Amino acid sequence: MNKRRFNFVQFLLNNSTVFLFIIIFILFGLSSPRTEAGFPRFWSPENMMNIIKQAAVFAGIIGVGMTFVLLTAGIDLSVGSNMYLSVVVAGLLMRSSGLEIVPALLVSLLVGTLFGALNAFAIVRLKIIPFMTTLATLVIGRGLGTAFTSSQQIDFPERMNAFGQTMVLGVIPMPIVVFVLVVIAAWFILARTQFGRQVYAVGNDIEAAKKAGINTDRTLAMVYIISGFCAGLAGFILASQLGGRVDRSFGETREFDAIAAAVLGGTSLFGGAGNVFGTVLGAVLIQMVGTGLQFNLVNLYLQPMVRAFIIFLAIFFDSLREANLKKMKRRFIRPLEVHRADAGD
Amino acid sequence: MTPLIEVHELSKAFFGIAAVKSVSLSLNVGETLGLIGQNGAGKSTLMNLIGGVVHPDTGTMRFKDAPYAPHTPSDAQTAGIAFIHQELNLFTNLSIAENIFISQFPRKGLLRSIDRGAIRQQTRDLLASVGLDLDPDIQVDRISPGERQLVEIAKALYQDAALIILDEPTTSLTARETERLFTIMGQLRSGGKALIYISHILHDVHHLSDHIAVMRDGALVAHDPAANFSVNRMISLMVGRSIEQLYPPRTSTPTTDVALSVKNVTTAGIVENISFDLHRGEVLGLFGLMGSGRTELARMIFGADAYDSGTILVEGEPIKKPSPRASIRSKIAFVTENRREEGLLMGIDIANNISLVSLPDFARTLFDVVNQSEMLDSARAMANVLQLKSGDIAEQPAKALSGGNQQKVVIAKWLLSRPSIFIMDEPTRGIDVGAKYEIYSIIDRLAAEGSGVLIISSELEELIGMCDRILVMSRGELYGEFPRAEFHEERVLRAAFREQDLPVLPVQEPSSAPAGKEEV
Ligand SMILES: Nc1ncnc2c1ncn2[C@@H]1O[C@H](COP(=O)(O)OP(=O)(O)OP(=O)(O)O)[C@@H](O)[C@H]1O
Ligand SMILES: [Mg+2]
Repeated sequence: MNKRRFNFVQFLLNNSTVFLFIIIFILFGLSSPRTEAGFPRFWSPENMMNIIKQAAVFAGIIGVGMTFVLLTAGIDLSVGSNMYLSVVVAGLLMRSSGLEIVPALLVSLLVGTLFGALNAFAIVRLKIIPFMTTLATLVIGRGLGTAFTSSQQIDFPERMNAFGQTMVLGVIPMPIVVFVLVVIAAWFILARTQFGRQVYAVGNDIEAAKKAGINTDRTLAMVYIISGFCAGLAGFILASQLGGRVDRSFGETREFDAIAAAVLGGTSLFGGAGNVFGTVLGAVLIQMVGTGLQFNLVNLYLQPMVRAFIIFLAIFFDSLREANLKKMKRRFIRPLEVHRADAGD
Repeated sequence: MTPLIEVHELSKAFFGIAAVKSVSLSLNVGETLGLIGQNGAGKSTLMNLIGGVVHPDTGTMRFKDAPYAPHTPSDAQTAGIAFIHQELNLFTNLSIAENIFISQFPRKGLLRSIDRGAIRQQTRDLLASVGLDLDPDIQVDRISPGERQLVEIAKALYQDAALIILDEPTTSLTARETERLFTIMGQLRSGGKALIYISHILHDVHHLSDHIAVMRDGALVAHDPAANFSVNRMISLMVGRSIEQLYPPRTSTPTTDVALSVKNVTTAGIVENISFDLHRGEVLGLFGLMGSGRTELARMIFGADAYDSGTILVEGEPIKKPSPRASIRSKIAFVTENRREEGLLMGIDIANNISLVSLPDFARTLFDVVNQSEMLDSARAMANVLQLKSGDIAEQPAKALSGGNQQKVVIAKWLLSRPSIFIMDEPTRGIDVGAKYEIYSIIDRLAAEGSGVLIISSELEELIGMCDRILVMSRGELYGEFPRAEFHEERVLRAAFREQDLPVLPVQEPSSAPAGKEEV
């Protein structure tokens, strides 16, 4: 009896983000404005689609990259700046030499990846801790971007906007398809390849990983490169969603949402625990809160605080879960039935 | 015949302090070398040199009749050397199968994904060969320390190496698991593998090895066929003097004042109706097989784990909200069995590790500023008593200590807090004979000063040598009690194995209950 109640608590805690998700989904729906037919506008399919799309471009894709980094107990604060720099380079080339969409996208990916490689170099070769390295490249990336644009907003050619509005198979917004592909690829890499499992090993105990013969330098370098690639991709897609207008604040504080999405989804900041599906859930949850607050016309200045509070809640549940898990891992020595029989008399 | 491995005048210093001094050794195919020496003598460092974990300052090696200079552990693996480290090196967030194959997975298909069927199958076979019946997909954090050690051994078997290094592999194994390991070692040896075996259990070393090498302060002081050694000679070579007694004489007798009283403590599935008293001045032994619930009971007494019912009284006062903090305040100390995981801040210097629990004692001024020099002096004194082998304890981080010396730091930490109740779980595991004697002397002194000491150990000899009374635990119950006058090795063992009914605490055998984890 005791045992069953225990498991229920554990079940709640294990899925705290899911429950938070459902509760918030219901509350915002109930309190949102209605259509004439009385249906909450928050729950309309268009709105849902919108939330997922925005989740993908704002926190989802970079959140997936961040998941790789966090799994190794690292951090990448530079993703927001990287998004900006990548898309600025692509945009300038589109304007000056009339680059088409696909080559421009490749340019953005290339810049993002190289930027990630720069982080990797500083962390692995120069042995500067990830926090300091990516804090520095955060400043450098944005500095370069503003220098290239002289701090001006750049307007992409119209085809960028058209690309952003693409519907795959006529119904699914392009960013969602891209996001799904990124998530599947990331899941495959992390769960099914040698590199992926080594990422988990390095995050669990880097000294042991070295002794086990894992090339930990290469593993660490790769996660920052992957994060950079995701930033290059996310920057380009986000710019296409904003109608091809990129100003100097583009991508600012995105790193916060990316980290929050991953952590909400159960990725540990201490490395070794987490997966991309959790990050997807976290990204959508963050976006849902943002959209829900707008629907409910919450004071603009209060919105960031409410968001931060919800993230805090999720992380609080996470630490409760950790504590409880420890208890669960106790090993039983005696058969439980014996105890019940004893207690009966 | 040329030796399989030859090391020639290898030396290695850390920050100017020599850890290995010009060691030359060789080992033939099919031979076992036993390597012994005090804590910090340089055994693990020498193995790390061979295993490519650290690099020699000077000296050369040959392996399989070719020059050998590994840069990384994976170079050593490729060359054919498997290394089971002193500390566990498994990834607790991965499955058993993934741990075994982590450095090189079998892969399939266009995408080169892990061949999960293959690793599962091979792991099942490997586990069977070390006598483990576990699902290859279980995550490692769900298995016991002994099982983890056996997984490490399975991993080494999989590498099919020509030379296998085992650095204190038995510290977390049960008696039965140890037997299993020795059988496997015998098979490997007759299969033509060379083995290097490091242990502080000298009987084992003597029994398993063809040759024995003794290290002292980084240098090789003897290297002869095992037949030329007796355990006494091994000890005197290690320590540099002979040791007549393994246990100091007890200098006091227990009082009748109760220091700790455990009444009917029960936790479903773990411990059942445990009651006993620990007196001031008493050294009480708690014997039981690994997995009999000794450690769990100790954790409950210390407040690290909750219990369902029962009471624990310290000096007659019931503990209302058990927690480690409350226990420390009531002057209970607890040396855990998992010293590496629970006991030390690896990145922090030794002095601070030692004074961690007693910090409040050094902060008597208005703003709780810690009196640094006083703290350092006490830490130094404690390090001296325990013969800690280290650099400057105010500078050197705990992780740069040898395995045995790390354990001494944990013990020093609790000793410094002058506990009135001292619980020690396997206090001398992994500690060399010389330092063991010092630890026993301290236990005796604590008791003479009026503390109650509870020692948990799987080494019955040590309990018989030191205790006033021994309690036996089996399957989560107290199953026997022996006062000093009735110490009898066989009877105590029988009680632990439940091979006899004892008048003291008669317990009915649950008829069809599944056997406890480690019943032999
Ligand atoms: N990474 C390191 N940095 C600094 N000193 C070290 C390091 N590793 C080992 N040492 C020192 O080298 C010496 C030898 O240590 P080693 O681990 O080889 O001892 P050991 O013989 O294996 O002892 P034990 O029986 O306790 O395991 C010790 O004095 C230790 O402090
Ligand atoms: Mg060692």
